[in-house]
Amino acid sequence: MSTELLIQYGVIPIIQILVVMIVVLTVVAYGVYAERKILAFIHSRLGPMRVGPWGLFQPIADGLKLLMKEDLRPSVADSLIFVMAPAILMLAAFSALTMVPFGEGTTMFGYEVPYVIADVNIGILAMLALSSLSVYAVVLGGWSSNSKYPLIGALRGAAQMVSYEVALAFTVVATLMIAGTMSTVGIVEAQRELGAWFFILQPVGFVIFVICMVAETNRLPFDLPEAETELVSGYFTEFSGMRWAFYMLGEYAAMIVMSCLAVTLYLGGWLRPFPNSELTAFLDVIPGPLWFVLKGFMFMYFFMWIRGTYPRYRYDQLMTIGWKVLIPISIANLFFTGIIILLVQAAAG
Amino acid sequence: MLDIREMELNMGPQHPSTHGVLRLILYLDGETVVDCKPVMGYLHRGTEKLMETRNYYQNVPFTDRTDYLAAPYMNLGYVEAVEKLAGWEVPERAQYVRTAIAELTRIASHLLWLGTHAMDIGAQTMVLWTMREREVVLDFFESALGDRLTTSAFRPGGLRRELPDGWIDAVLAFCKTFPDRIDEYEALLSRNRIWLARTVGVGVISGQDAIDLGLSGPMLRGSGVPYDIRKEMPYAAYDKVDFDIAVEEECDSYARYLVRLVEMRQAVLIVEQCLDALPEGPIQGKVPKTHKIEAGREVYHVVESPRGELGYYIVSSGTGVPYKCKIRAPSFVNLQSLTPMSIGRLVADVVTIIGTLDIVLGDVDR
Repeated sequence: MSTELLIQYGVIPIIQILVVMIVVLTVVAYGVYAERKILAFIHSRLGPMRVGPWGLFQPIADGLKLLMKEDLRPSVADSLIFVMAPAILMLAAFSALTMVPFGEGTTMFGYEVPYVIADVNIGILAMLALSSLSVYAVVLGGWSSNSKYPLIGALRGAAQMVSYEVALAFTVVATLMIAGTMSTVGIVEAQRELGAWFFILQPVGFVIFVICMVAETNRLPFDLPEAETELVSGYFTEFSGMRWAFYMLGEYAAMIVMSCLAVTLYLGGWLRPFPNSELTAFLDVIPGPLWFVLKGFMFMYFFMWIRGTYPRYRYDQLMTIGWKVLIPISIANLFFTGIIILLVQAAAG
Repeated sequence: MLDIREMELNMGPQHPSTHGVLRLILYLDGETVVDCKPVMGYLHRGTEKLMETRNYYQNVPFTDRTDYLAAPYMNLGYVEAVEKLAGWEVPERAQYVRTAIAELTRIASHLLWLGTHAMDIGAQTMVLWTMREREVVLDFFESALGDRLTTSAFRPGGLRRELPDGWIDAVLAFCKTFPDRIDEYEALLSRNRIWLARTVGVGVISGQDAIDLGLSGPMLRGSGVPYDIRKEMPYAAYDKVDFDIAVEEECDSYARYLVRLVEMRQAVLIVEQCLDALPEGPIQGKVPKTHKIEAGREVYHVVESPRGELGYYIVSSGTGVPYKCKIRAPSFVNLQSLTPMSIGRLVADVVTIIGTLDIVLGDVDR
């Protein structure tokens, strides 16, 4: 009995964590490669071509280069925080991934294997909280560098991430009200029960979420904290080698987390389109986790696509959009969602 | 009490968007620029002094290296000034070819400007798209003039050699397709909300201020002053071709962006007209071998380079070497408007403003 418990609650989670870590790290490495390739095609050039066929080994070469680089730390930097900051970003991004439900789960060798590492009842809240932690990495990294460009970048980052978090949270709350749960698995199940992905029920919320998602991960057109043409590299100007790579990987991991969150909240997680309709039943040949990954990659591609298309906003414009446009709309969205839920409940008796 | 003071931020000379080795000392209140001091001279090579030690013919390569993004135009201004000084005749064919190459230069220069300006504002795709077309123009330079960047395109009296076979047809074919490419750039930027938000109302300088500061080129025409030396004091074959001056009234970065786009379109028309009406005849006029010009003569000759009024003031010494050669560099004069345009704006706007000035540090520092 105790062996079974040990396997169920010890071995399986460890295997799950390892699988998620390895898969996500690979996706991060090849996400960078994909981004370089996709951007290159948008730019009408080829991108990495030298290392291996079509430059496929480029991420490995880059990783090795970054690992072997001299560990450089500015003499005026606050050493403890300087070392800690990049780690916070990675930590925050990877912990958030534990609550992403990749599929329904199966039974293997008599043991229950859910496709989520931790299905906690406050999943979404925890994910939002963890992704908010990344602002510490930005602020502490910029502050500890003891340099002017990183400082400006860090302040921009703090202001931006905090203000977009508000709009993000409000839109998510509207979705949670429909789902009636905060568990990530529960939200997907709710979408199955209602027979519709939540972006159909929450079109305004979905758009705001996507905008905030881009801003939250500091991607173009909201990449002001690192705006390379203004602030050199923003908050990680003084970082190099593996610490710099941690910021880079952290940013990608954050993109993955946000994509997963968007898929879970708005695109029905591992569900096929119109999960209750018989017409789309044939789509079940694609297994749930694959659906999830496909939808996630769609968002990743979206991130890269807008990076190739848009210029960058200015700091004050960014704040204007955040506070004067997105937050009021998200509050109104929340309000109307509440009213409609009340009306539906009243109609149902 | 906390001591509140402005932050002094050193931007450049090694900064990704100061377009070379420009250094700005910014005094910031938060992100608002309180004061901005451009520091230049990092690329000073004493070109003007060096030109006093070489003969008129040997000086042409020096002019390449001032505004290296529009080298043929620098050559054009210099050789025309020398021709004016000495009274040497230039065959008509050479005049037409010079005009065509000069306008191709304008296209190449504006393309690089558009790409880097857009990149400064964050649109990375533009720079690679514009490089694609600039590459074609540079190939034309390579085949006709022997070099891509530092062309030493012209020599006093005409051109070094005749155009290669097929060059004219290739250029005309490019002129056919290039307007479509400009449409492509416009599709990506002209009505893009973020582009508009970043350029409209940024870097405003009124027409009167522009005149007072001595601005020229697109900087002046973007402020509603219809002044173009190609029309006012025609040189080369500009009096024989038909084209419009691009003028915009809004005085901001977006207006200057539109001006430069129209200039590229007009440049295509000028190149087509020049090559269609290219007269037969020699390409190099008669010039004395020693280049000796009698003492005491002086000349000031201006041309409309892609960046504005480019002037050469040359005093002869009686030998083949000039006594003095002063270059009135448009980038240097236009740079003066950076401080008045930047004060009260945000750091991000400073980057936009440096971009819209279209300065070349080789031209500023000489």
